[in-house]
Amino acid sequence: MSAHDVEAIRRQTRTYVMVFAALAVLTVVTVAASRLDLNPGMTIAVALLIAAVKGSLVAGYFMHLIDERKAIYWLLALTVIFFILLMFLPLGDAADSIGGVPTPV
Amino acid sequence: MQIPYTVEARPDTGLYNAKLGIWLFLASEVMLFGALFSSYVLLRTGAESWPRGSEYLNIPLATLNTMILIASSVTMVMSWASLKLGDFRKYKLYMGLTVLAGFGFLIVKYFEYTAKFAHHYYPSTNTFLGIYFTLTGLHGLHVIGGMIVNGYFWGPGSKLWRRDPERFANRIEVAGLYWHFVDLVWIFLFPTLYLL
Repeated sequence: MSAHDVEAIRRQTRTYVMVFAALAVLTVVTVAASRLDLNPGMTIAVALLIAAVKGSLVAGYFMHLIDERKAIYWLLALTVIFFILLMFLPLGDAADSIGGVPTPV
Repeated sequence: MQIPYTVEARPDTGLYNAKLGIWLFLASEVMLFGALFSSYVLLRTGAESWPRGSEYLNIPLATLNTMILIASSVTMVMSWASLKLGDFRKYKLYMGLTVLAGFGFLIVKYFEYTAKFAHHYYPSTNTFLGIYFTLTGLHGLHVIGGMIVNGYFWGPGSKLWRRDPERFANRIEVAGLYWHFVDLVWIFLFPTLYLL
């Protein structure tokens, strides 16, 4: 390993410690935000937004996704598409019954 | 016959094989947990009323577990970085701490579960507890699986370092990707189940 690579790894380790600090602070912020008297929709939005930021930090820095090969990005893009389908298709079924029992066809 | 592309990248993917393999596995894991999260959303939106997590669950203990798991993610990635820097002793230290953090997480979870059972809260009690035990139980099994792999690489599996250090560092990177995924799932489970 070249001296340049060694220095790059050393820089990364400093970043890992900073990411850990950010994750710890965001965990405290999540708990504090849940105690605020927000409406239910806002409470869910804030909690999921903070979780998304924390998740991005873990995926980006610890899992090295900020600097990864294209094959991984394509694989993850496909995963995201199927994940979104998985999350929202069942909700479409639930939406059918809003306002009463759906009329049988 | 030697296993191909354990260290050098395949020309077509630009990755060593195990790395592509673990990402494919993690994609399937996203769908597994995604299906359960989707079930949670469906059950919650379809319920007439839904309890706040704090009515049943211990938020301070879950916060402690969140801290333990994110700390273990740092020690995991530091163990990989130590190998890249050629420092095997530091690798052993950080990997040992990662395994210990896994134990810590499970011990806290044990106290949480036993407190629920002492109050006669079971998966069959109501839908909220049903999905809580299913999600956290499946996550706990993933923690145990990661600890077995990490424990192996801390102990007998670490002999590979002497014979093929690059390959061993890649194994730790792959094990780390799994462990960070387990952390990532908890980051979403924590607010979803405990805080909302």
